[in-house]
Amino acid sequence: MDFLIINEGLPWLSILIFLPLAGAFIQIFISNENASRYWTLFVTLVTAAISLPFFNKFDPTTAQFQFAEHHAWIPSLNINYTIGLDGISLLLVLMTTLLMPLCVLASWRYISTRVREFMICLLIMETAMLGVFAALDFVLFYMLWEAMLIPMYLLIAVWGGPRKIYASIKFFLYTLAGSVMLLVAIIALYLTMEPHSFSIPEMMGQGYSAGFQMWVFLAFFLAFAIKVPMFPFHTWLPAAHVEAPTAGSVILASVLLKMGTYGFLRFCLPITPEATVTFMPYILWLSVAGILYGGFTALAQSDMKKLIAYSSVGHMGFVTLGIFVLNTNGIEGAILQMINHGITTGALFLCVGMIYERTHSRELSSAAGIGKYMPWYVTFLAFFSLSSLAFPGTNSFVGEFLILVGAFTKFKVVAACAIPGAVLAAAYMLRMLQKIVWGGENNPDHTGLKDLCWREIITLAPLLLFVFWIGLSPEPFMNVMHTTVSNLLEQVNGAMGEPATVARMMLP
Amino acid sequence: MKLMLFAPELLVLIGCLIIFMVSLGKGNGRTARNLAATIAVLNVIVTLLCFFQDGALFYKVYQIDLFSQLFKLLIAFGLAAVILFSKELKGISEDVRPEYYLFLLLSALGLMMVVSSVELLTLFIALELSSFSLYLLVPMREDSGGLRTQMECAAKYILFGVVVTGIMLFGMSYLFGLTGTTYLGALLPKLHLIASQPVAVVGILMVMAGFAFKLGLFPFHFWVPDVYQGASNETTAFVASVPKVAAIALMIRIASLMVPEGSSVPVFIGVMAIASMFYGNLLALVQTDVKRMLGFSGIAHAGYVMLGILVFRETGYSNAIFYITGYLVMNLACFLVICNVSTAGENVTINDLSGLHKRAPVLAVTLLVGMFALAGIPPFVGFMGKFMLLSGALSQGYLVFVILAAINTAISIYYYLSVVRVAFTASAEKRNSIEVGLITKTVSVALMVIIIVMGVVPSTVLEMAAQAVKTIMITS
Repeated sequence: MDFLIINEGLPWLSILIFLPLAGAFIQIFISNENASRYWTLFVTLVTAAISLPFFNKFDPTTAQFQFAEHHAWIPSLNINYTIGLDGISLLLVLMTTLLMPLCVLASWRYISTRVREFMICLLIMETAMLGVFAALDFVLFYMLWEAMLIPMYLLIAVWGGPRKIYASIKFFLYTLAGSVMLLVAIIALYLTMEPHSFSIPEMMGQGYSAGFQMWVFLAFFLAFAIKVPMFPFHTWLPAAHVEAPTAGSVILASVLLKMGTYGFLRFCLPITPEATVTFMPYILWLSVAGILYGGFTALAQSDMKKLIAYSSVGHMGFVTLGIFVLNTNGIEGAILQMINHGITTGALFLCVGMIYERTHSRELSSAAGIGKYMPWYVTFLAFFSLSSLAFPGTNSFVGEFLILVGAFTKFKVVAACAIPGAVLAAAYMLRMLQKIVWGGENNPDHTGLKDLCWREIITLAPLLLFVFWIGLSPEPFMNVMHTTVSNLLEQVNGAMGEPATVARMMLP
Repeated sequence: MKLMLFAPELLVLIGCLIIFMVSLGKGNGRTARNLAATIAVLNVIVTLLCFFQDGALFYKVYQIDLFSQLFKLLIAFGLAAVILFSKELKGISEDVRPEYYLFLLLSALGLMMVVSSVELLTLFIALELSSFSLYLLVPMREDSGGLRTQMECAAKYILFGVVVTGIMLFGMSYLFGLTGTTYLGALLPKLHLIASQPVAVVGILMVMAGFAFKLGLFPFHFWVPDVYQGASNETTAFVASVPKVAAIALMIRIASLMVPEGSSVPVFIGVMAIASMFYGNLLALVQTDVKRMLGFSGIAHAGYVMLGILVFRETGYSNAIFYITGYLVMNLACFLVICNVSTAGENVTINDLSGLHKRAPVLAVTLLVGMFALAGIPPFVGFMGKFMLLSGALSQGYLVFVILAAINTAISIYYYLSVVRVAFTASAEKRNSIEVGLITKTVSVALMVIIIVMGVVPSTVLEMAAQAVKTIMITS
């Protein structure tokens, strides 16, 4: 167990993970709607408060898993309850806990039916998401990874928009179909280990045979690529995003998509390094395709949520690009960009939700020219849009810049092909911003539209803070990941021979 | 204390006699129900008390060990749950209700005896006792619309059943002819010597066919959809869950006679299992009647559980026991909802579940848990069971079967999901809200708790199953 730093004393990480679940259980007995709103806010705030000390106590000089807990769970199969955080998962956990209270705030008025059930779903989601990032045992990981589908399905199917049935079923089917092969791969890995074990860290760097790695990698890839979603597996995403309620969209964009890229970092790279190197060129080009495709499609959207959803495809393309260039800048940029995308896109979805609450439309044309009536709102929107197009000074700039630096040092052509994506981002974001703030000559009548209330400002302000904090001083956030990333790269580079012939031809 | 060995069976038998007395009078449905419920609950308690009994009875044809007691407990539990949650027996006409309970208990008695039988003839008699009672339960449904569908499906059920019974007897005659004994304990060593002989393999497979029929495994599944649809909701709840548990017990007993090495039997069973999964799941996709859909889903699940048998090892058997235990519970959860949604004992279509979350929140949540559990989504028992089966089968190298089974999971989610969808998102329109009694509520909460607990902390049940399998491997 030398890869774990076992936590002595109170099991804070477990408390963090299961607190929301306990809160959900108590929620069952709260029938008053307002009371359940306050209760959920309270639970998520406490969870967020508990999560903050993890950042301070995290030791950035080691690549081991910290705050770890290890208990036998199903001894006959050597399945253990093992959890822990390293430089990759720490920031994702923090982002999740900090976003959840904002999701509750965003649903305060938006959700008016079956409030209690909605809040229960949110809380169960939080437990599952935190668990996925902290799990170090494959069975635990897979159980939470799949269990999450149920509350997320309900969030879309019950509280969603007009095409919620279609969107929710598509979401469920896609994700489930992707992950059944993941299960087979997990069992195959387990049986290959001597002694049989589901421990994720133990599986890393085992030097499996090349053929075995290929199959395992493909199974992993299918599951994670659907979750990210990478082009061409993205078709569930716009549907789900558009139909989900605001909080659902935020969770989907900010956290669920990150699980795919997290999966690449946590499993594909260290467990199947040779296969990673073999498949790298294909994935790089798929990323580029995603960046360009997402950008162009976003440019053509008239529905704001769809626009942001497609922009997510593009942004996540940058993240996978960063991961699979397999160098320090690329991966660190990718991890940072995961966080950035969570903050920025989450904030943009919140903004769209706020408009929707007022005008009951997500069409760009019906929101045209509201800048005059909602100055506070458009101020926030402007900053988040700039962040989304990676304007210097905002968080996304740092991430995207690092990714491109990483890409240019290794694969110049690939990187050059991704550059138009950044230009496209500016085009579609500025187009949206221009339309919403000023509009044209035939703006719809917006008199009587109220600007943001205190609750909404409080919802957006923390995100704006992080946009600039990470944008101007990323070092504290980068600091926690350095050791983990270099350790990860060592594991991959051990297997990094020359790319295969086909690969060489694809990467000029 | 010989009495303790036989106490659960004796209790049910006495119960049957009392209900028989009651059935002689007129209009005693209520009394019979109360009696049956009392006996069923008592039976669970007595079975629990006798759980660690060990011994043999009746010239050693009747073995009481952890294996048999575990299965008896499951059967007793299933029987009690069915009787408790179907409290009004809506689909059965008033004048045959006492007889209905009589045959229900008799069937359960037969199943309880089946799991203890270690001699072929005893096994056969016990199995037929339960089968014939079931054949009678099916046509007892009140005729709705004068179509006599219940008669039609009962005829199908009995005809298929009798043919398969014939095949099974034929197979038993082979086993007897080859070894000169009908005691499983004596059969085993002799059969292991000649296990590679085609005659032995054919004999064992023919006997297995009889149990495959009970389980609804492809290609012995033809009765399943029709009987599920034609029988009353309560009968289906019983047929769909409890006899399958006993069928798995018998499968394991017979499978332990086999030597898998160098034999094509595992592949043969594997192909049947995969065919079952595809057949069941694909046809379930297009069903509108919930019971019929669950029938096809049952065929698919029979395929899954056979993945445990085809391993022909202790681990595989205990995985199968774990899975069938889980299946019993999740199936009961779904049928609890069906029985209670149906207002006058009619069949429930998927659309009838519209707005269930408003009409009866408890039932809606039970349905959600039951359906997702059947679909194999964690944290429910369906996932844990499937996971065990898949890892067991993969550890013996059946990669193709495992991949096909995994694909089936993805296919099946669609129809389970569409039921949940209707219950949670469709509006109730003019459908009335449903009164759920306290007992039904308790049963449904208990089922949900079992489904979740077995899914999250399966160790205890798994170890129990492993112990149970060990006992029969030693005695045999």
